[in-house]
Amino acid sequence: MDTTIIETQMPSMLGAAQDAGIPVKIEARGVNVHYGAKHALKSVDIDIRANQVTAFIGPSGCGKSTFLRCLNRMNDTIESCRVAGSLRIDGDDIYDPTLDVVQLRARVGMVFQKPNPFPKSIYDNVAYGPRIHGLFNSKADLDAVVEKALRGAALWDEVKDRLGESGTGLSGGQQQRLCIARAIAVGPEVILMDEPCSALDPIATAHVETLIDELRANFTIVIVTHSMQQAARVSQRTAFFHLGTLVEEDDTATIFTNPRDERTQGYITGRYG
Amino acid sequence: MGNDHIVRSYDEELNRLTGLLARMGGLVEAELAGAIEAVSSRDAELATRTVRSDARVDDLEREIGEQVVRVMALRQPVASDLRLVLGSLRIAGDLERSADYAKNVAKRAVALAQLPVLRPVHAIPRMGTVVREMLKDVLDAFAARDVAKAVAVWNRDEELDEMHGSLFRELVTYMMEDPRNITGSTHLLFIAKNIERIGDHATNIAETIHYLVKGVPLAGERPKGDGTSFSTVGAEGAQ
Repeated sequence: MDTTIIETQMPSMLGAAQDAGIPVKIEARGVNVHYGAKHALKSVDIDIRANQVTAFIGPSGCGKSTFLRCLNRMNDTIESCRVAGSLRIDGDDIYDPTLDVVQLRARVGMVFQKPNPFPKSIYDNVAYGPRIHGLFNSKADLDAVVEKALRGAALWDEVKDRLGESGTGLSGGQQQRLCIARAIAVGPEVILMDEPCSALDPIATAHVETLIDELRANFTIVIVTHSMQQAARVSQRTAFFHLGTLVEEDDTATIFTNPRDERTQGYITGRYG
Repeated sequence: MGNDHIVRSYDEELNRLTGLLARMGGLVEAELAGAIEAVSSRDAELATRTVRSDARVDDLEREIGEQVVRVMALRQPVASDLRLVLGSLRIAGDLERSADYAKNVAKRAVALAQLPVLRPVHAIPRMGTVVREMLKDVLDAFAARDVAKAVAVWNRDEELDEMHGSLFRELVTYMMEDPRNITGSTHLLFIAKNIERIGDHATNIAETIHYLVKGVPLAGERPKGDGTSFSTVGAEGAQ
């Protein structure tokens, strides 16, 4: 007897099935980036979904950080950098020449690899953004904004009794959460994180990862990480970049159990690409 | 893409795992061959040796389990590596169960050797040949990551099921003809059932191979040739 064998994708692992109904926060189409003559990003198309953590992975120089920096125009400061293509946040063109970049960066915040608190008090670190953007009416108002941000960054209980002390006196993990508090104090919609845990020990990393998972309820998060285990732990979607190309973007569970592309497979399993 | 990991010791650990599985598979094949041979040649001594050999299979299953835990803890395998490691654990489980069934066949061979020869015993080596080929093919398919070969084993289980069904009906008839046949026939029924179960484990292994190579399960209804769970043989069958 002939038996028909049907090969099916497990529906729960299909990225497309999970995406149904999740709105797109940032839409990239045909994004090309050049640094002088170097073609750093080649025609990247991706939808970054709201209230999800999207992880960018790939070897050094693959373009993942370059792409991250396009999302809030951090590349503007680099003289030789040219960005082409379409990048939209909720439909608004990120590269619209009339757009106020300071306003854009309030909507799209960023946390860096090394914790970089200002040499100011814990309070002033968090209050810095709200003061620039005038997001409060009174001292009590500002106090509330600072407390909310510190609570949101899971740091409040550790620092509430020493808000006047210097931010640089905190431990590495606390400093990084302070930087996250500073980023969320201005009420962004998207938070970009460029290897936020690479300078942290495993316990501090676990705290930040827990925080990332909680932040997802209110923010859209894009994280660049060299730790594939971290990408697997914190993200819902994973995008793999290689030699300036977005090779594959899918549900994180799919990427780590059954990626479609050989290059993804080679990279995440630790083989030569 | 190269098949070697950048970290060479990772490859060595995965190779050790597949090496252990190959050894375990070889032992189970030998145990099964011994058990079938002991039934057909009424060799109680061979049967006893075969029963004893099962302990080594159990040891290997434990060793494979430990190796899987080790690789998971130290390497955090993903994608094809993860599927290989988990698949190895499942295959080891199927092989261990298969060896237990072979051991039970060997035990019954000891009992059968002390009873008069029963005519239907001739069906056992025929079933044995099929199941031994299935086991050999599925182990080869694993070693070569050959999905087509695995699927062929998967499809072949129907043949074994049919042989089991037909022997079942023959033995029931035989017992009705003469109650003195009941003891021996019952042993033969269990032997046939054990062989049929080994075939089921071979098909499980085929499914695991499909998943670990392709990343998607082998779906679709497997052909079933065994209706013994529903079969009745009426008194007219005893004519």
